[in-house]
Amino acid sequence: MIHQYKLNGSNIVLDVYSGSIHLTDDLAYDAIAYLDEGKSREEAAALLKEAYVGKCPPGESAPVAEQDIADTFSDIDELTAAGKLFTEDVYSDKAFDLKQRTTVIKALCLLVAHTCNLNCSYCFAAQGKFQGQQGLMSFETGKRALDFLVEHSGMRRNLEVDFFGGEPLVNFEVCKELVAYARSIEKEKNKNFRFTLTTNGIGITDEVIDWANRECHNVVLSLDGRKEVNDRFRKDLAGNGSYDRIVPKFQEFVRRRCGQGYYMRGTFSHYNTDFTNDIFHMADDLGFAELSMEPVVASPDDPCALTREDLPVLFEQYEILARDMLRRRQEGKPITFYHYMMDLSHGPCIYKRIAGCGSGTEYLAVTAQGDLYPCHQFVNDPEYRMGDIWNGVTRTDIRDEFKLCNVYARPDCKDCWARLYCSGGCAANALHATGSILGTYEYGCELFRKRMECAIWLKAAERT
Amino acid sequence: MKHIQTLDTRDMAKSAVNGGCGECQTSCQSACKTSCGIANQACENSEE
Repeated sequence: MIHQYKLNGSNIVLDVYSGSIHLTDDLAYDAIAYLDEGKSREEAAALLKEAYVGKCPPGESAPVAEQDIADTFSDIDELTAAGKLFTEDVYSDKAFDLKQRTTVIKALCLLVAHTCNLNCSYCFAAQGKFQGQQGLMSFETGKRALDFLVEHSGMRRNLEVDFFGGEPLVNFEVCKELVAYARSIEKEKNKNFRFTLTTNGIGITDEVIDWANRECHNVVLSLDGRKEVNDRFRKDLAGNGSYDRIVPKFQEFVRRRCGQGYYMRGTFSHYNTDFTNDIFHMADDLGFAELSMEPVVASPDDPCALTREDLPVLFEQYEILARDMLRRRQEGKPITFYHYMMDLSHGPCIYKRIAGCGSGTEYLAVTAQGDLYPCHQFVNDPEYRMGDIWNGVTRTDIRDEFKLCNVYARPDCKDCWARLYCSGGCAANALHATGSILGTYEYGCELFRKRMECAIWLKAAERT
Repeated sequence: MKHIQTLDTRDMAKSAVNGGCGECQTSCQSACKTSCGIANQACENSEE
């Protein structure tokens, strides 16, 4: 499968199944397109001759000659022989093998607090209350969750644990105790725990900063950008915006993090489709360099929901961001946008790209009461309760359903060029959009594809 | 090559042979967990 597009003056050709990325001139771009359409070499050559021969390409002084067409086909032949162009899908059998595989659990999302000190109206978790469950995780429950993870992790050494909620810092003492417990057993168990904290910032103190910077592999700090944008949704229980309280804490937190992983993580909605201004505010006015902005996922009848009419605006925003990031890099002051990070030469293997996030199999969410769910997004739905940390996964049918929930199991993904970049997307979003975890959330797909095009363009531009 | 420049990318077919160790970070495809996606992940296996 071939996907080709033009962006910011670059002609980009992706060979989906080999993962190859090519930059071409116009002649080669059209030649590949003709061949991909099924035209014969002779038909393609005739069309190219008519369109190009004797004419000067933009920026070139010499006209295109017939030899250029022959050279282009030679380039294409060389890449095809090397398995970098027009490659076939040879992975579908491996996708179905996934159901047979033995999986270990390697990550837990601990919902340590089913409550929050903010009242953000767009919160998918209803401020941590989910389906009516409230309360804080006890140390004993959390400890058992960590033991459960170790017991089910097999030979896997790196184990990931996210402190999530609700707002996890509402239950900071237990977070501290759980990390201390994990550190006390990891050597004996030959494990390496990697903790992540996702916080709204209200509960950040000096002690939290020291602890997180010592113990947490990554921290995700929630801020939507400009004050008026952040405070539209991110209010406290009394209805007051949080921006003025959290921004100085986040700045201090990041200053003392000394280069360790973090993300400023915002949400944009129909009310701020100019979201690059929020990213630039966080970068230029607040001094943050590791940034993420995510599209809100809301019911279509919610006024904040993104609309079809917003899509071209959002596409333009992603292009603006990519061009601006290139400029910043060239000026020696780069910023990172989460979705534009791509490790082209040492990224995920094909198994990871097919299997996706591992929800319900390798990754589970644990509620404050110790119940197990496929991931944090499913805690709203009692039908997806898989068991608990004392008795393990008892609903093996749910686990098996998720085990086979991969990009090849989703009919909508069959013809999508981005399938090996997204692995079929989020099962929860698919469920909410279509009623099935094997569906797709098409609006999210459209944004994802645009982000990937921009990310690949940026990578190419940085290298050339 | 005169008309096509190819970026250095991981060979997916080769990764089918020697990939799949499972040590990579658990990813999240929903919007809420920015800490872990898939397209931007790095492979944990230094021998790949």
